[in-house]
Amino acid sequence: MERDPLSNGLSLIEDEQIIEPVPFDFGLKRRTFVQIVTTGLMIAAAPISALAQQRGGGQRGGGAETRPVSARIHIGRDGNVTVLTGKVEMGQGARAEFTQAAAEELRLRVEQIQVVLSDTDLVPNDGLTAGSRSTPSTVPLIRQAAAAAREALLTLAAQRWSVEPSAIELREGKLTHTATKRTLTFGELAQSEELPKASEQPAPTDAKLTATRDWKIMGNSVLRPNARDLVTGAHRYASDIKRPGMLRGKILRPPSYGAKLVSVDLAPAKEMKDVIVVRDGDFIGVCAPTTHLAQLALEAIAKTAKWESVPHPASKDVYDYLRERVSGGVPKNEFADELAAAKHKLRATYHTAYIQHAPMETRVAVAEWQDGKLTVWTGTQNPFGYRSELARAFRLSEDKVRVIVPDTGGGFGGKHTGEAAIETARLAQAAGKPVSLKWTREEEFTWASFRPAAVMDAEASLDENGKLSSWYFININAGGSAVDAPYRTGKKNNRSVNSQPPLRHGSYRALASTANNFARECFMDELANAAGADPLEFRLAHLDSGRLRDVLEAAAKRFNWTERVKQKTRNRGFGLACGTEKGSYVAACAEVEIDRERKRIIPRRVCQAYECGAIINPDNLRAQVEGCILMGLGPALREAMQFENGRMQNASFGDYEVPRFTDLPELDIHLLNRTDLDSVGGSETPIIAVAPAIGNAVFQATGVRLREMPLRLPEKMPS
Amino acid sequence: MDQTINFMLNGQPKTVTTDPARRLLEVLREDLDLTGTKYGCGESECGACTVLVDGAAVRSCVRSLGSVAGKKITTIEGLSLDGKLHPVQEAFLAEQAYQCGYCIPGMILGLVSLLERKPVPSDDEILSRMDGHLCRCCGYPNIVKAIRHAAAQARR
Repeated sequence: MERDPLSNGLSLIEDEQIIEPVPFDFGLKRRTFVQIVTTGLMIAAAPISALAQQRGGGQRGGGAETRPVSARIHIGRDGNVTVLTGKVEMGQGARAEFTQAAAEELRLRVEQIQVVLSDTDLVPNDGLTAGSRSTPSTVPLIRQAAAAAREALLTLAAQRWSVEPSAIELREGKLTHTATKRTLTFGELAQSEELPKASEQPAPTDAKLTATRDWKIMGNSVLRPNARDLVTGAHRYASDIKRPGMLRGKILRPPSYGAKLVSVDLAPAKEMKDVIVVRDGDFIGVCAPTTHLAQLALEAIAKTAKWESVPHPASKDVYDYLRERVSGGVPKNEFADELAAAKHKLRATYHTAYIQHAPMETRVAVAEWQDGKLTVWTGTQNPFGYRSELARAFRLSEDKVRVIVPDTGGGFGGKHTGEAAIETARLAQAAGKPVSLKWTREEEFTWASFRPAAVMDAEASLDENGKLSSWYFININAGGSAVDAPYRTGKKNNRSVNSQPPLRHGSYRALASTANNFARECFMDELANAAGADPLEFRLAHLDSGRLRDVLEAAAKRFNWTERVKQKTRNRGFGLACGTEKGSYVAACAEVEIDRERKRIIPRRVCQAYECGAIINPDNLRAQVEGCILMGLGPALREAMQFENGRMQNASFGDYEVPRFTDLPELDIHLLNRTDLDSVGGSETPIIAVAPAIGNAVFQATGVRLREMPLRLPEKMPS
Repeated sequence: MDQTINFMLNGQPKTVTTDPARRLLEVLREDLDLTGTKYGCGESECGACTVLVDGAAVRSCVRSLGSVAGKKITTIEGLSLDGKLHPVQEAFLAEQAYQCGYCIPGMILGLVSLLERKPVPSDDEILSRMDGHLCRCCGYPNIVKAIRHAAAQARR
């Protein structure tokens, strides 16, 4: 088999996000019989002509605002201010940031703002919450709308008092004419006829935004507004939603990728009291009042199921598999002249394994049908994309589908496609009752999406001065994020090429830039070594002045790189790496300890400098940077999906080892606050430097060059 | 199959009539609407489902309901009294020890149990004891700060 048949090969890349929906075509080409066992009711859906295949996913987040102010900012008659956006909160801190943006421009306290996120019936479509777009795209839209609202309020008050708007002070929801001390509140103005009228106008883009130097709320560490609900357990994630009469669902999964159902006996489950069995071709699910009963029913069915398996490659062969299937073959290095004239030339191949996002909250949905309208509560980064997927799957117009996304239990680029929502809605439709479906951890590890594995070929030449004269870099399978070297490389060819992946792909924090940066930064170290240069000096010699150089120098200085690398302690090593992606800049220095006995690489210290323009929320940014570094330790040192014969071999937290408390190295984080620059998102790029810094430190400690993530020491180590 | 099981839940006597083989996690969430206790893995590997049973931290995803008959169970909802947060909850708030927050109720209960048994734990004891709690946002540094914060308060 060339490809997981669950995927139709429709791998969409929007804003560089990988959106690979599971195709559902139930009821489109054939008659559909959905059997509801307990009631005996048969629903027959008439066949309709196949819908034109549409693209999935959301629209690019951002761009010019064409919506009226009222689509984003609502000022209630009680004076309460509500901000509306289609972005989601999944731990990255968007809710606080949006609150800050509106509070800053409306001169309110953060407590006076309520932010409504991602209810498709209420909020504007702001596209995916991905690609670090909330900060550079959505924050400015909210600020524009809030600034426009502020100007409208000032103008109204000025008219009432027949004074100039500039004579009015605006603070914490109160407008004061400073000369006469007359006051009006937001609520009083909202009760007038003029304000609602004004807020139906498109948000003017020329309302003056508060200059960074004048920020009072942005630029400060505002807490997440619903933090208290997180520590009391009161916050309701999608998995916590309960609807009247709701049942719990389970889906029959194939035992291996691509396996076809040959036969199954539903009778044992049908005989179980209170169990509803749903079958539609190969789609088989059960619903019951409790998860336990649904699980028993599912097991009763699974025992009877006969499957026909298909070949599927093993993870141990995956790099060859991908290389052999590059469409059009791997491009050749055409810089033969430079290679021939080179003082040094180097060629190396790097690999990164398939890994998974594994958010704490697995895929989940609650679906409820009422009067032909479908409401789904789910955890996703793509609420409007889910709405489109659901509308297509059930042949509804989009206004008949409502997707509500409570603040979600982690995403990391892994929740872009709506298969769990569609499954749940199918069960709910058949059962005639609301259904909650929560994937098990094993289902998540098997049937969710994966960060692409990569094979990367790098070749470069150095002239007699130790400078790069040519550079060739090809990424097979993982994508083109940050594939371009940020260095002066002489002639260059940086490309990503596609293959035929054996697993369903999903985005991940920083996408392919982690793979590309790993290979490039390790390769730069190899080149520095060939040139007899210090890794820091070698990089600086190939970097123009600018933001990347700034973070590299900052990290090296804070780490005391120049002195430290002179220390020669057995089984201790130092490495560094840097990179840029999504408009922000990162550099890391790592110190590792080598445990030769147990073949372990132990990061002891990571010093990282990071710069993403003007910092909006320092504490939150620091938490994101720390989280990225630590999350990055997983794929750097241990995480890799292992599969064989179409089955995941390590589909549990016991076998797939994510970072833990005891992995925590000493962290030394330096945030460079560039208040002269626009703010960009900081929840992804800080992940890309840690793995190569560690790999380079291992080389410095042992002389062993590791070229695969996860980094593993060889059986035989040089002494 | 169904049995009537009695236990103390967050200080109140509770009676549930159901299949005693069901996991405690499921009964708390589905029958008793206490959804602060989370499913993370279903096999005792991540700690998101941690509750206290007679004061000890227990993974409710692998404990049967029948096994807690007659015992005292505390969930995250029962930790704060009359709207006043438990000191460990206060510490998590003060140190912003949350990102997506999904692992936090289990973390908090794991730490409450540790501090009740050992009010003055060493850093190593804290890390090794908490090591069975996973946070995929990897917000460990702030959680460690919260743990130290709470431990320092417990020492007073």
